[in-house]
Amino acid sequence: MNPTLAAVLSVGLLVAALVVVHRPLGSYLARVYSGTTHLRVERLLYRLSGVDGDGEQRWPAYLRSVLAFSAVSVLLLYGLQRVQHWLPLSLGRQNVAPDMSWNTAASFVTNTNWQSYSGEQVMGHLVQMAGLAVQNFVSAAVGLAVAVALIRGLARSRTDRLGNFWVDLTRGSLRVLLPLAFVAAVVLVGFGAVQNFTHGFDAHTVQGATQHIPGGPVASQESIKELGTNGGGFYNANSAHPFENPTSFTNLFEVFLILLIPFSLPYAFGRMVGDRRQGYAVVAAMAVICLGAVVASGVVEAHHPGAAPTAAGASMEGKETRFGVLASSLFSVGTTMTSTGAVDSWHDSYTALGGGVTLFDMHLGEVTPGGVGSGLYGALVLAVLAVFLAGLMVGRTPEYLGKRIGAREMKLVGLYILVMPATVLVFTGIAVVTKMGTSSILNPGPHGLSEILYAYTSAANNNGSAFGGLSANTMFYNVTTGLSVLIGRFVPIVFVLALAGSLAKQQKVPASAGTMPTHTPLFTVLFVGVILIVAGLTFLPALALGPLAEGLA
Amino acid sequence: MSTVDVHSGRSTSDGPATPGGPHGPRRTTGRAGGLLDPATLARSLPAALAKLDPRHMVRNPVMFVVEVGSVVTTVLAVVDPSVFAWVIAVWLWITAIFANLAEAVAESRGKAQADSLRRARTDVTARLLVDDTAGERAVPGTELTVGDRVVCEAGDTIPGDGEVVEGVASVDESAITGESAPVIREAGGDRSAVTGGTRVLSDRIVVRITTRPGETFLDKMIGLVEGASRQKTPNEIALNILLAGLTIVFLLTIAALQPMAVYSHARQSVIVLCALLVCLIPTTIGALLSAIGIAGMDRLVQRNVLALSGRAVEAAGDVSTLLLDKTGTITMGARQASEFVPVGGCDPERLASAAQLASLADETPEGRSVVVYAKERYGLRGREVTDAHFVPFSAETRMSGVDLPDGTQVRKGAAAAVMHWVRQGGGEVPDGTSAAVDAVSGTGGTPLLVATRPAGGTAEVQGVIHLKDVVKEGMADRFGELRRMGIRTVMITGDNPLTAAAIAEEAGVDDYLAEAKPEDKLALIRKEQEGGHLVAMTGDGTNDAPALAQADVGVAMNTGTMAAKEAGNMVDLDSNPTKLIEIVEIGKQLLITRGALTTFSVANDVAKYFAIIPAMFASVFPGLDRLNVMQLHSSTSAIASAVIFNAIIIVLLVPLAMRGVKYRARSAASLLRRNVLIYGLGGIVVPFVGIKLIDLLVSHIPGLG
Amino acid sequence: MTIVRTGWIRQHVAALRILVVLTVILGLGYPVATWAVGQVLFRNHAQGSPVESDGRVVGSRLIGQNFTGAAWFHPRASLAGAKGYAAGGDGADGSGGSNLGPSNPELVKAIRARRAAVARENGVAPTQVPPDAVTASASGLDPDISPEYAAIQVNRVAKARNVPAADVRRLVERYTYGRQLGVLGDPHVNVLELNLAVAKLG
Repeated sequence: MNPTLAAVLSVGLLVAALVVVHRPLGSYLARVYSGTTHLRVERLLYRLSGVDGDGEQRWPAYLRSVLAFSAVSVLLLYGLQRVQHWLPLSLGRQNVAPDMSWNTAASFVTNTNWQSYSGEQVMGHLVQMAGLAVQNFVSAAVGLAVAVALIRGLARSRTDRLGNFWVDLTRGSLRVLLPLAFVAAVVLVGFGAVQNFTHGFDAHTVQGATQHIPGGPVASQESIKELGTNGGGFYNANSAHPFENPTSFTNLFEVFLILLIPFSLPYAFGRMVGDRRQGYAVVAAMAVICLGAVVASGVVEAHHPGAAPTAAGASMEGKETRFGVLASSLFSVGTTMTSTGAVDSWHDSYTALGGGVTLFDMHLGEVTPGGVGSGLYGALVLAVLAVFLAGLMVGRTPEYLGKRIGAREMKLVGLYILVMPATVLVFTGIAVVTKMGTSSILNPGPHGLSEILYAYTSAANNNGSAFGGLSANTMFYNVTTGLSVLIGRFVPIVFVLALAGSLAKQQKVPASAGTMPTHTPLFTVLFVGVILIVAGLTFLPALALGPLAEGLA
Repeated sequence: MSTVDVHSGRSTSDGPATPGGPHGPRRTTGRAGGLLDPATLARSLPAALAKLDPRHMVRNPVMFVVEVGSVVTTVLAVVDPSVFAWVIAVWLWITAIFANLAEAVAESRGKAQADSLRRARTDVTARLLVDDTAGERAVPGTELTVGDRVVCEAGDTIPGDGEVVEGVASVDESAITGESAPVIREAGGDRSAVTGGTRVLSDRIVVRITTRPGETFLDKMIGLVEGASRQKTPNEIALNILLAGLTIVFLLTIAALQPMAVYSHARQSVIVLCALLVCLIPTTIGALLSAIGIAGMDRLVQRNVLALSGRAVEAAGDVSTLLLDKTGTITMGARQASEFVPVGGCDPERLASAAQLASLADETPEGRSVVVYAKERYGLRGREVTDAHFVPFSAETRMSGVDLPDGTQVRKGAAAAVMHWVRQGGGEVPDGTSAAVDAVSGTGGTPLLVATRPAGGTAEVQGVIHLKDVVKEGMADRFGELRRMGIRTVMITGDNPLTAAAIAEEAGVDDYLAEAKPEDKLALIRKEQEGGHLVAMTGDGTNDAPALAQADVGVAMNTGTMAAKEAGNMVDLDSNPTKLIEIVEIGKQLLITRGALTTFSVANDVAKYFAIIPAMFASVFPGLDRLNVMQLHSSTSAIASAVIFNAIIIVLLVPLAMRGVKYRARSAASLLRRNVLIYGLGGIVVPFVGIKLIDLLVSHIPGLG
Repeated sequence: MTIVRTGWIRQHVAALRILVVLTVILGLGYPVATWAVGQVLFRNHAQGSPVESDGRVVGSRLIGQNFTGAAWFHPRASLAGAKGYAAGGDGADGSGGSNLGPSNPELVKAIRARRAAVARENGVAPTQVPPDAVTASASGLDPDISPEYAAIQVNRVAKARNVPAADVRRLVERYTYGRQLGVLGDPHVNVLELNLAVAKLG
């Protein structure tokens, strides 16, 4: 079969699978976060932790809980790495260096999973599963919780309560992520992913050498890494490693896992605000942009412009044979559109424009569909912006789902939108003109700029993938990317929860013929326009000097 | 149902001269077409230059950035002169001046009106009544205090806002309303309020001053139309925040661009960076935002409505429930004959004739309508009846009529009274009479029974006149329009539910409140607001004041009491209740104009990038010249063209900002489609064309080409 | 019990307690449960898909290993850092790729050199050398090569082993995996399996 046709069909298969599951999963998510009864295990957990599972919180309390939980998570994860040598299952590996530990802890707690370490050389099994993988779960659950709090802000009226963070966190971890991750992990093992607690085994190769085949609890980490849009690989090669991603089926399956919750959450949103069409309008905008990027990436990768790809005859550098060019490019879009950051091929070696697509995907702010939870809350913030711009054009104070968008809401939206570009641009600006920044560059010319821009874009968007040529394990990058991930994660959360609080207080304005409809294709088009223009206008100059300068040469 | 009060219908004669039309008289006509005429611009130029004061500019972050950019480029142009540097510096200044010009032009229109109002405020000498002696003393109007009582006689200008406590007078309020017909002001009741600056035409009144000098209605009006007391409205604040946010994003983008350019060995001059920055920040809307607000208020003033706060104008756009008084707003205010129903086998012609005879001397609108109806429907000419004796209506008889010279008596009036009269005259009331009367009542009409008694004969019932509240022409269409705009109309009436329902049905309102007392109105408003609706209403009486205060948009009639005017947040100088609908449209138009220009402004950036980015970097990365889709002549001409386009578009859009984007009563969905197409898509396309055209011109300038 | 209004410290203590409990469930319980199911259902996979030959573990089906010499099918270039087998390492403990950019002259040079070498080695025209033969894989452990790359190696291997090329070609076909579900990924040949089979040819 023609590779293009095969690729189109496999994308069709992916879309079909998502279409089939988004409703039941979305409904389930809505039920999980709307329900009032606790499971027995949850009640036990609340009792052990000393939290009240029944009280609801105002937005500042909700925020304090998010921050407290995340702060404790950073400390615990930092501590685990610093003492891993003395822990069981360490495989004798050394304690992780302080700056690398800090960077890794910040990165995993923020759902970024930027890795300045090489998994198979630095991390022992216990840190991988009890430290990193646990954060894969709970950081995604935090994202879900914040998204749900924002949905509640939109759905509720005249209340200052946004729900209970501890309950949302627990339910997200135990009722949503755990069962899905377990099933997915078993599927991955079924196709060849590794799951053991050993050091691995030594093979005596056909030609008489000794080859060490590593072991580890890989499948269980791999499944939650994709499902929670985390992206931190067990091994350095991430999802390119045959033990993480053994076949082209698991490749598509992992893309499916990456997109599963982000594309189902809008349906839950629609259900929770009492109008499913609202969810469809949001998901349609996400899907349009995401598919657009898949096509764009596929086309440039297949045409493989550029000196090296032309010399090779295909854009195969840094790609695995079993996936080929197109399945890899699909994965690259899936991972950069969702703040996942897992990679099955090296974006640094993509064609300039193909790499540019992955960069631009992240510049959109990780909202199409974005990370678990974070994608939806980011998208809703941008929806509010779209509503504000367009809503004025129908002659009313703009309102979204019956909530008026006034000065306070716009202030929060404006601040939210500022955080990511400010972080990316400031750090990139510093790095490109300092020796500390430029000395880590691997590839010369505009591509070097892309590497640095990619690093901070990835960090501030909590993506975690990299133009891997950049030697990021330096003090400068460990510290600045660590700061970027924290700023990129928690500052926006502050604004999102404040926005949720402000919306929840409002009385709903009943919809009428004078209300701007936010469930129509026209709104979806507008929404797409706002997402593209906001990102495009902010980052076009930078992209012009990076991927465009390289790709149009 | 009472059928008595045929003659006691509330008079609306002190309303405007054109009660029927939805449009009141206009003080001025729109002159939007002339907004760009050089004379207006030249007149406003000094004010525009004065506004370059940084203390003024800093209030508008977008334009402040432009001014800073202008200063920086000017300094650089002086230090290192080149044609390009000077072109950019000059055009950045022009951009800032154009923005101020837009504001100045908008303000100048208000100033003209303020000046005419000020003439009415010329120093007045008040005739202060001194309590004990009942004598009077002349004091300057500016020294009056609240509670003072002053005398005004024919020819006097009323020295301040107050209330008539004694006497009745006709007053010329044209200084404020522009309406030359005098109005009656009298002590007590809803017509006791007088406004400072108006003139007494006849009689003598004593006015108790209720407002301190300097805070009078006239003062407030002057302040409003001048824009002196203009505060930013909530939506304007929100939009400003967005614009400031965008400005910061672009500042960051440009600030980070230079290090990246340095890395790429493509360091840019500060002039180019300033040019790019000014092109990217939303200058179009930033420049026009305050002009749009001023012009919106001005459009209200042109329709003789004074909004006491800009917030109210915005709220008008958001209104989702409109409370309308039935009388005078929905109906003509007087009932009219609409049908003659014969009873007892009476010939319709005879009934018509009798009804007309009985009404010949009846000068009430109802009476006249019977004469007219008989003429139009039955061809009965109004007859000149000589020597007839007219029997006027009285509360005891509850009938009126005529005694003809031949001795025939004709009566019309309340059914019970006329039936009684017939029986007394030896006649019998036919079987169908009560049924016919009830049938009329049942449809919300007012039945009048007509009976005759020939000289010496027995009295005989002829039939029933159906008097009906007549809904103003075109009301159903207007309410339909409102419905499409998503606004629910509620009719407020003192009528019983039956009558109310019938009129509501005919007028096409969505709901009605019958037998409404003032407190019911207030309760209804509260209920609507609790459901998240924004409510607009009109009112004039003191007992409307609480409801006016509660409503989101409360339009007080200028003829109303001071209490009503203070409670509301708008005053309609024409006292035309139908104007509420126009007010809503103006509110919507204001918001639409802001949204449209914001969208346009942001969409413009796409083309500017395509002009400037290749211009900046194509020399180092020739591949980027593929982004030069407009095929601009050179890098300097491209950047200059973008900057010039950016400035010129402001002036070109001034008329739109003043006039407002055309508003049509359509659903939000269809408005959105239209405006997105025009201002969104248009905003992307127009600058490509504009920049290209400008480039064709400027590329001939030596030093730019 | 109520956390909603408690102080700063209590909030963090509660956070720590809930994190510890979740760590037990998600960080220990979950991987162990996955392991248990894996042991029952897919034991070989869970262990790393070891391949035995003559009672000896010779490698993993999923992990590429280096083959040199004319008698073997060669895998793709591995640039997994110092551990890449191109650098003499065994690869498996240090996965990774070159990360060289598309316009990096170094990469262009490497590709040209590989093209020339592969063409020379296999006695084919440089234009016949497929892309995967001249590029480094992402993991550095790519167990597969494209059918095209296998095809140009057939004659060399057959000649070195002195067996009919058709037999070798048949083996290549046997160890060529098509697209999964007919559409997923690209067709590929597992080098270890192929070489083990080729070794049995003699």
